[in-house]
Amino acid sequence: MSFKDTGLSEDKPGVGRGFDRLGIVLWTLQAGPVIVLAALVIVFVLIAPNFLTTRNLQNLIAQSAIVCALGLGEFVVILVRGVDVSVGSVIALSTVVVSVATGIDDPSSGAQIVLFPLVGLVVGLFNGLLIVKGRIPQPLVVTVATLGIANGAALLVSGGDTRTGMSAVVNWAGNGHVAGAPVSALFVLGLLGLLWVLLRKTQWGRWLYAVGGNPDVAQWLGLPRDRLIISAYAICGTTAGFAGLLYAGRTGAASPLAGLGYELDAITAVIIGGASLFGGRGSVVNVLFGALIIGVIGNGLQHLDVSSFWAPVAIGSIIIVALEMDVARKWVETRIRVRQARRQQA
Amino acid sequence: MISNPRLAPNPEEAPLLSVRNARKSYGLVTALAGAELSVRRGEIVALLGDNGAGKSTLIKAISGIVVLDEGDVELSGHKLNLRSPGDARAHGIETVFQDLAVFDNLTVAENFSIGRERVSPRWLGPLGFLSTRNDTASWIEHAQQLTVKNVSPQQEIGLMSGGQRQAVAVARAVAFASSVIILDEPTAALGVRESEEILNLVKRLPDRGLGVIIVSHNMDHVVRVAHRAVVMRGGRTVGGMVVTPGIERELVAMIMGAR
Ligand SMILES: Nc1ncnc2c1ncn2[C@@H]1O[C@H](COP(=O)(O)OP(=O)(O)OP(=O)(O)O)[C@@H](O)[C@H]1O
Ligand SMILES: [Mg+2]
Repeated sequence: MSFKDTGLSEDKPGVGRGFDRLGIVLWTLQAGPVIVLAALVIVFVLIAPNFLTTRNLQNLIAQSAIVCALGLGEFVVILVRGVDVSVGSVIALSTVVVSVATGIDDPSSGAQIVLFPLVGLVVGLFNGLLIVKGRIPQPLVVTVATLGIANGAALLVSGGDTRTGMSAVVNWAGNGHVAGAPVSALFVLGLLGLLWVLLRKTQWGRWLYAVGGNPDVAQWLGLPRDRLIISAYAICGTTAGFAGLLYAGRTGAASPLAGLGYELDAITAVIIGGASLFGGRGSVVNVLFGALIIGVIGNGLQHLDVSSFWAPVAIGSIIIVALEMDVARKWVETRIRVRQARRQQA
Repeated sequence: MISNPRLAPNPEEAPLLSVRNARKSYGLVTALAGAELSVRRGEIVALLGDNGAGKSTLIKAISGIVVLDEGDVELSGHKLNLRSPGDARAHGIETVFQDLAVFDNLTVAENFSIGRERVSPRWLGPLGFLSTRNDTASWIEHAQQLTVKNVSPQQEIGLMSGGQRQAVAVARAVAFASSVIILDEPTAALGVRESEEILNLVKRLPDRGLGVIIVSHNMDHVVRVAHRAVVMRGGRTVGGMVVTPGIERELVAMIMGAR
């Protein structure tokens, strides 16, 4: 799991043998998120004295963990050329449903742990089925609708009230520490590992990349295109449910307004993590770096004598840089292809 | 350039694949209006016709991508129920599509084995684990027999030239076809040298006992490789003839509807 792991094959970039300039440019573009994160950390360590305290770092990591959990599933959806803006509302809906379903009389219930991802899975399947079987090829519109429905459902189920009290396990997952490391972060690393194995090591994962690369060809060659796309949304909903678990654990409460606006952070994390909106590209590992970049900017600015309103401006700028890097990568690849063709003729 | 003497299969022999009365409409557009086509084992049939004649649609019907409104596809006398590309593949029918059918974001070896990856343990189905070594070995084994050279199995295919990518698509179809192989304008996007390589490969396909259907707009190519030509116009089959050197003009006339 290194940052070099941005394409599909093990030894990347496959630009023939030896070091050549275009190959190095391509490699740098692929390593972009790590370089940006490292640069940001160095800057804040140098200019913000309170940045590098254990407490602050724990805070930063726990905050980023929720965005990262959302981003992991979002990555799979973006990989297959979709988008899911309903993930924030899954946080609200899952906390509320779990709280009402299991009740606060029995806050020790381990069933809560299972219920969170289950609520997310249902919402994800709903999205996937609508887009594929309902033949609405605009995932943005479909998931905006779902966002509204899920938010409304959360308000209806909760009666608009915030209820405190989550089971001990959920609180531990959102707030606990193991050897100084936030449990939520370890939890998200586990999720990341699982998804990485699914995407890189299994046949289903390779097919997800294939569908993202070219959905028509995937269908012509007999891959189960519809089921692959539905599964991507199901995975996305499920990880959003896990994000709901961490959120509920962190706040110790169920709120119909939880996770409001988090979908933007999730999508941002995926994009600045270098996934291509053209589909079929990127590594789920880079979502971690994307989420950390967002976290570091927000957190770092708090330690400086500047308005926190600068954070969205900074993050927006980084999105644009990331998108330009994606365009640049395409350009470099075209150059490599042309050169390859010329070599072939020679 | 005169072609090698080729032994056309006995015209009395029953066809390996035959399509009868194929009809397909897209709303008001009629793509196929009763097209007919057949190919024998060891025979190369050129499918000709002007733009929009319905060639690709007919081919997609045989490949299970387009489901016909009416008409039958038979293989060795048995009617096929083609509902998906998987059905056609299961019967040993492989297709090289007109639009480059490769995944630019996957490597050569991954493109080669896509949909047929060997996984372990088997009972996990598509959640089973891949073996990069398996894909690579299977690519190398087949690439050796074909004309594809200087292509590293680990190379991302999006970084390769059009000819190399087409060669991989052809290699994939050749490796897995066991009854019929269909090539829809395989040389359209290629340079002279790359076209030569593909044509030489096509000429050798009958030796494997395959029925070959090739679509081309290039009469020179047709005359060099095909045993027989079938001409389509307006979604119908309007004629067919045995291909002999010097027949180009006649074919062109038939395609344009001058006779
Ligand atoms: N998916 C589709 N939807 C609507 N019309 C279609 C579709 N596919 C094909 N057609 C129409 O059907 C007709 C036949 O198209 P087809 O692609 O089979 O022709 P072709 O002989 O392969 O042409 P070319 O030589 O240009 O490849 C055309 O008029 C085309 O516009
Ligand atoms: Mg065509």
